[in-house]
Amino acid sequence: MTIVQNYELFAPKLIDSEEYFSAGHRACQGCGEVLALRHILKALGEDVIISNATGCMEIVSSAYPQTAWTVPYIHVAFENAGAVGSGVESAVKALRRKGRIPDRDVKSVAIAGDGGTADIGLQALSGAMERGHDLMFVCLDNEAYMNTGIQRSSLTPFMAATTTSPAGREIKGQRTGKKNVCEIMVAQGVSYVATACPSYPIDLVNKVKKAKAVKGPSYLHVFSMCPTGWRCASELTIKIGRLAVETGVFPLYEVENGKYRITVEMPERRRPVEDYLKHQGRFSHLNAEDIKLVQQKVDYEMKKLMDKVSGLKGWDEI
Amino acid sequence: MGKRVGMEVAIAASEAVALCNIDVAAVYPITPQSHMAEHLADIIHDGRIDAEFITVESEHSSISACAGASAVGARAYTATSSQGLMLMHEILPIVSAMRLPVVMGNANRAVSGPLNIWNDHTDIMPQRDSGWICMFAENGQEVVDMTIQSFKIAEHPDVMLPVVLNIDGFQLTHMIEPLEFPTQAQVNKFLPPRKPFATLHPDNPVSMGCFNMPDIFTETMKAKDTALKNSKKTIVKIWNEWGKMFGRHYRPVETYRAKGAETLILTMGSMGETASIAVDEMRGKGRSVGLVKLRLWRPFPVEELRAAIGGAKTLIVMDRAVSFGGAGGPVATEIKSFLFQDRKRPRIVDFIMGLGGRDVAVDDFIAMVDRAKKKKDETYEFYGVRE
Repeated sequence: MTIVQNYELFAPKLIDSEEYFSAGHRACQGCGEVLALRHILKALGEDVIISNATGCMEIVSSAYPQTAWTVPYIHVAFENAGAVGSGVESAVKALRRKGRIPDRDVKSVAIAGDGGTADIGLQALSGAMERGHDLMFVCLDNEAYMNTGIQRSSLTPFMAATTTSPAGREIKGQRTGKKNVCEIMVAQGVSYVATACPSYPIDLVNKVKKAKAVKGPSYLHVFSMCPTGWRCASELTIKIGRLAVETGVFPLYEVENGKYRITVEMPERRRPVEDYLKHQGRFSHLNAEDIKLVQQKVDYEMKKLMDKVSGLKGWDEI
Repeated sequence: MGKRVGMEVAIAASEAVALCNIDVAAVYPITPQSHMAEHLADIIHDGRIDAEFITVESEHSSISACAGASAVGARAYTATSSQGLMLMHEILPIVSAMRLPVVMGNANRAVSGPLNIWNDHTDIMPQRDSGWICMFAENGQEVVDMTIQSFKIAEHPDVMLPVVLNIDGFQLTHMIEPLEFPTQAQVNKFLPPRKPFATLHPDNPVSMGCFNMPDIFTETMKAKDTALKNSKKTIVKIWNEWGKMFGRHYRPVETYRAKGAETLILTMGSMGETASIAVDEMRGKGRSVGLVKLRLWRPFPVEELRAAIGGAKTLIVMDRAVSFGGAGGPVATEIKSFLFQDRKRPRIVDFIMGLGGRDVAVDDFIAMVDRAKKKKDETYEFYGVRE
């Protein structure tokens, strides 16, 4: 926490002052996703090729003939960022070997939203990771299809209201919890898997650097606050990100070769989830009973995670 | 010139790809393309060429990976068939719009509903408007030659468009034919390394695949149409260059004993060889029948086809695909539409046949010519259906 409070003091030393995602893009006021993207690109530096799925970040950044990207960038379609990134990586490898491009590392990075990662893009992601490409995949998770008008995805949280999981009289919003893509990645043997949140920029930047350094597949799941879709005040973006972490709704951790580690410690007694839920219109239909249910789910997921943190050995220790 | 070797055509297709010194192949196996995928894997795993082989988890990903690789500047190849091509459908127009010179071999096979693994053209016809250059090979030698030509055509600075080469599944892919391969030195001369217009690299960062607002989208579509239409000039030029180098000549529309014929049969792909035997038989009996073979499907060779049809009274179009509830098979409909304004035009008889591996033998062509003579109306007809 102290580092975040002294951000201006530390940031210039810890974070590249160069901008790789230029100002003038069309993201909404208070967009947490574009903030995450800006920091991710700072941490990646120049020698990258970005393969972006269709979605918010693509739409706000690349209306022909303009672009916000100062690094090489390609967008092909919605569900194939993993596959396009695989092709990019393979081509870089082959052309470098054949002396047709300069002989230096250029990282292939695929970026997709929650739909482009966990729903329609899951197959391409899973294939890319399984094949062992030197590919970093970043999921910018704003917990619904925001670009098309806030429809639910498999990463929309329990009970959240979206336009296709509305808070109705019979059914109160999203009926399922978030698909745990990080766990799928760990199960696939991805050697570096981490969660991050732009409210904790130093933690985010460190994780991007670690993920980039892996010679092989790595996966970063970034909580991306969305005032537009979450129905909250745009100035609350950073606060909501912090509350998600402090309540345990979105714990920040990393899994290095199967070894789990919490990277941003939570307070001894976690804040109640209500502190997080109450700022967001998507949860405004929840009554005390519903909030209790959400709390139980969060507690259960936290317990599962902490058991892994304390109990699981890394693959290299087995 | 190399000596003649006996080889399965699918394997020969991959040997031709190897001669082209590709950088990346992304291939997902599907019958009847699978021997192409397997043999390409053999070639790369044995280190015969220096390339990356991406064992993608679907055809959607194979074409997507090829797009990514091609955007980086690689010479990228994929091969598929039927359902695989249908799965790629979404990405095909994006590849052409981005002017990425990906080359694809398509082992033509029926599209499912019901499942059928055998040959017809129902897989490629739905891809008609994808903006790809689309060609048909008639025999194994053409598969070898046209595979190599495809890369040169696709990458030419006046073209920069993807190419799909249609190779009839089983009927062609699984035949063992005597083939002549150019030497590596000859291919290197004909097809130098790719010189891409723009690539994804940090030394010169560009953004590819930016979206269009309504104020520019129509212009983009026209530009793509113009590019595809203009490509015909270069295709013909490259085919002429090939003819000079190897003595085997390629034209957008091929004809066989068509001059002065009253009745013309029009085929695409491997059927042409059988049809030519039928034409010989009929000519032997004094019947005025000739053959027109459409090699280039996109860009559609209007002038060449008009010239080939000449003064024929009847044109019998062999459609190997169905446009359900439509005006006819896709090939006949296309031909009818451009002939509509012509003052002198033949009567068009449209047969839908050879679906899902149904054999079309010499006698069938003769029977269709007989049937066309008797046929009074202009509607299309399924040939050889057991009622």
